[in-house]
Amino acid sequence: MTELSIKTRAERFLATLQHAQVLGLTVVAATPDSVVMRLPYQPQVIGDPDSGTLHGGSLTTLVDTASGTAVFSVLPGFELCPTLDLRLDYMQGARSGCDLLAVARVVRVASQVVFTECRVYECEHTAEYSSASEPDGNLIAKCSATFMRIGAEMTPADFRARIELGEQA
Amino acid sequence: MSQNDKKTAETLSFAETLSFAQQHGDFQPVVDRIPYAGLIGLQFQRLGNDVLFHLPKNDNNIGNPILPAIHGGVIGGFMELSASLHLMMNMDCATIPKMIDFSLDYLRAGRHQDTYAECQVWRQGNRVANVAINAWQTSRENPIATARAHFLLSRS
Repeated sequence: MTELSIKTRAERFLATLQHAQVLGLTVVAATPDSVVMRLPYQPQVIGDPDSGTLHGGSLTTLVDTASGTAVFSVLPGFELCPTLDLRLDYMQGARSGCDLLAVARVVRVASQVVFTECRVYECEHTAEYSSASEPDGNLIAKCSATFMRIGAEMTPADFRARIELGEQA
Repeated sequence: MSQNDKKTAETLSFAETLSFAQQHGDFQPVVDRIPYAGLIGLQFQRLGNDVLFHLPKNDNNIGNPILPAIHGGVIGGFMELSASLHLMMNMDCATIPKMIDFSLDYLRAGRHQDTYAECQVWRQGNRVANVAINAWQTSRENPIATARAHFLLSRS
């Protein structure tokens, strides 16, 4: 069997997360260095009806998913790591109508814990964004999070098959 | 509600809807105006000054379908929204308080079942409020997550 690319691993992992599908999250780029994920602007996710700003909860889902995907993508095997904690700083509200891009990085993989950092940017033209470099839009939020390692042997076989085989599983 | 009242309710700004709710004690119209609350399905029950927030079991809130477990981001979003609604219901807020930061500790997997949350305002200054949020499923004594948030307040 051929080795899956990091982007394929990231995309198939994301495809298993139902709420991520509800929000329309997509993998823009995935490299050994970082995962870039997009949250499209949409009326159902608005938190402040007067300004049209997206709710912070959708940013929490975006950063948790982007960081967790970065962890899953870089670990050997198919290791599912639950989030232990996360801390989010909201720099400014995202403008109405703008998609958001999260850039998540794994900072350190220890034997039992993985540390991540994630930054969220506002982007008016995310369709054009394709590299894994830092976007040039306003910084909306940043997050540091910690994930627990439970070992690749704990991964259920049916989940593993969905990553290895994608839609065929 | 008559057709006329309905039209009026829809044309109110959010701040006006909130002010009306604070005067009359019915906050359902406030929650109804926040699309994200409808997306995840947040409900609430006021018991005097206490407020119990409720997130009914919802397939669309699942993260990992194999466990299955609620997406950690939804648990966070539910707790963030509960904290800001708690402030609007109990404090002198003119509009939705702005979240400055949010720190969330996951204690147990959130199973695919009903989830509850309660908030406590530890300190409300002139500009900033510090709120603790606990979320649980089967019993309050076994929380699935605990969090702390800072909000910027805008007074009416």
